[in-house]
Amino acid sequence: MSIMELNGGSVIAMVGKDCVAIAADMRLGNQALGISSKFERIFPVTDRIYLGLPGLATDVATLRERFRFRVNMYTIKEEREIQPETFAHLVSSTLYEHRFGPYFIEPVMAGISKTPSGAVKPFIAATDLIGCLNFAKDFVVAGTASTKLYGVAEGLWEPDLEPEDLFETISQTLLNATDRDAFSGWGCIVHIITKDKVVTRTLKGRMD
Amino acid sequence: MNTFATKFSTTSAVGQLRKAQKLAAEEDEFSDAAWGSEAGFGNVAKGAPSFTVPAIPDPAAFLRLHTDDHADPSCRIKIQHGTTTLAFRFQGGVIVAVDSRATAGSYIASGTVKKVIEINPYLLGTMAGGAADCQYWETYLGMHCRLHELRNRERISVSAASKYLSNLVYSYKGMGLSMGTMICGWDKTGPAVFYVDSDGTRLKGDLFSVGSGSTFAYGVLDQGYHWDLTDAEAQELGRRSIYAAGHRDAFSGNTCNLYHVKEDGWHFIGNYDVSKMHYDGPGNVPGAPGHGYGYDIRVEGRSSANPPEASS
Repeated sequence: MSIMELNGGSVIAMVGKDCVAIAADMRLGNQALGISSKFERIFPVTDRIYLGLPGLATDVATLRERFRFRVNMYTIKEEREIQPETFAHLVSSTLYEHRFGPYFIEPVMAGISKTPSGAVKPFIAATDLIGCLNFAKDFVVAGTASTKLYGVAEGLWEPDLEPEDLFETISQTLLNATDRDAFSGWGCIVHIITKDKVVTRTLKGRMD
Repeated sequence: MNTFATKFSTTSAVGQLRKAQKLAAEEDEFSDAAWGSEAGFGNVAKGAPSFTVPAIPDPAAFLRLHTDDHADPSCRIKIQHGTTTLAFRFQGGVIVAVDSRATAGSYIASGTVKKVIEINPYLLGTMAGGAADCQYWETYLGMHCRLHELRNRERISVSAASKYLSNLVYSYKGMGLSMGTMICGWDKTGPAVFYVDSDGTRLKGDLFSVGSGSTFAYGVLDQGYHWDLTDAEAQELGRRSIYAAGHRDAFSGNTCNLYHVKEDGWHFIGNYDVSKMHYDGPGNVPGAPGHGYGYDIRVEGRSSANPPEASS
């Protein structure tokens, strides 16, 4: 069996009107055996950037610490907070450093960046396990339920959703896609990022 | 497999099939197609059902190359595999409980599969392995059980019915049949459960569980099982065991179908959603605990690590 499907799990990010959302399931498995329903795979990078790490669980922990270190070094050297676009390239180059022995993770990130004029711009991106960047205008998906997530998201997403509508859209997308995937599910967590706050909610999902 | 021997033997499945086909070709003035499929049940009178076989020297090897079995899990044609089924005998009859999930790889193809096959009002068969194999051969078994009744003016025993199925699948050994089933019922001897699989194994016993989630079901079953269970307790044990498997096993779940076989034949008890059982329990039914089965729900408020929802 594929090492990308050893532990299971999926992440999705969506763009709304002056907001973004990122959501993931909470299952940690060992192939068919469910181990935990409290496994977090989305981590805050700054107050306005969240990073989702679906894939091999050991690499989730390793990469979380690695990115924390690199973002801290960036903040100290540059004396400013990292921007989402810059962070996406940091993720990409970190993964490509391991081109011939990769981390088995396909990161998904979501954040809000400030333009010079002071306006806010929602940002989402995803990469494959060796760092090929994909900047999407609508939504990005990754993990064992990715094919199902594409299908549902394609049907539900629409442009310029307000934060509460975006929450509903991303939640329904994730819940319904993971219900069709044997390796994802066991509860969900959703983060809605707006310019002045982040709302985090845990969802009751199917437990089978 | 000794292909040379089977090619010329007259008693093997292939030989029977060849004989039936030859017979049908001789006596029919219409082609088989005029009467519909030859694999249908219209041809019982001819002895063995006949199947179209690929026109190659070794059809079994051809099938093995393209479908999954024990030897080669990475396959092209996927057959329904993940399952949890259980059946046990007790003082009040037989409890049969199954899940309802069908998976193709990691994709959940269906959550509403009927894995209990109602062979006749006194006999139930469970479905694990190839869905088509179980459905077809257990329906076929049902026809022969009826013929037995007509010939002998007496219902077939569970033992005889299961042996008929066991001998039948054994004659196709090595040709890719995949089934793990429990034949359950009530006959002159009382409640009976037989385990039959496509390897040819046939076992009589009090308690069986089959499928990818069977280990989880056995865990609950073994600690709660004894002969003197009341009807309500036994039904609850069946439900609770399927819940455990549906919860932990990725390839089992969605809903639980529960049957109870008594002296007057089988009764369908109900269909229970696994997630609903996790959060709220099975509802207002005999033997229900009155709360959810889930660990976090069961122990809520019992320790500082898991405070009640209201105070958090």
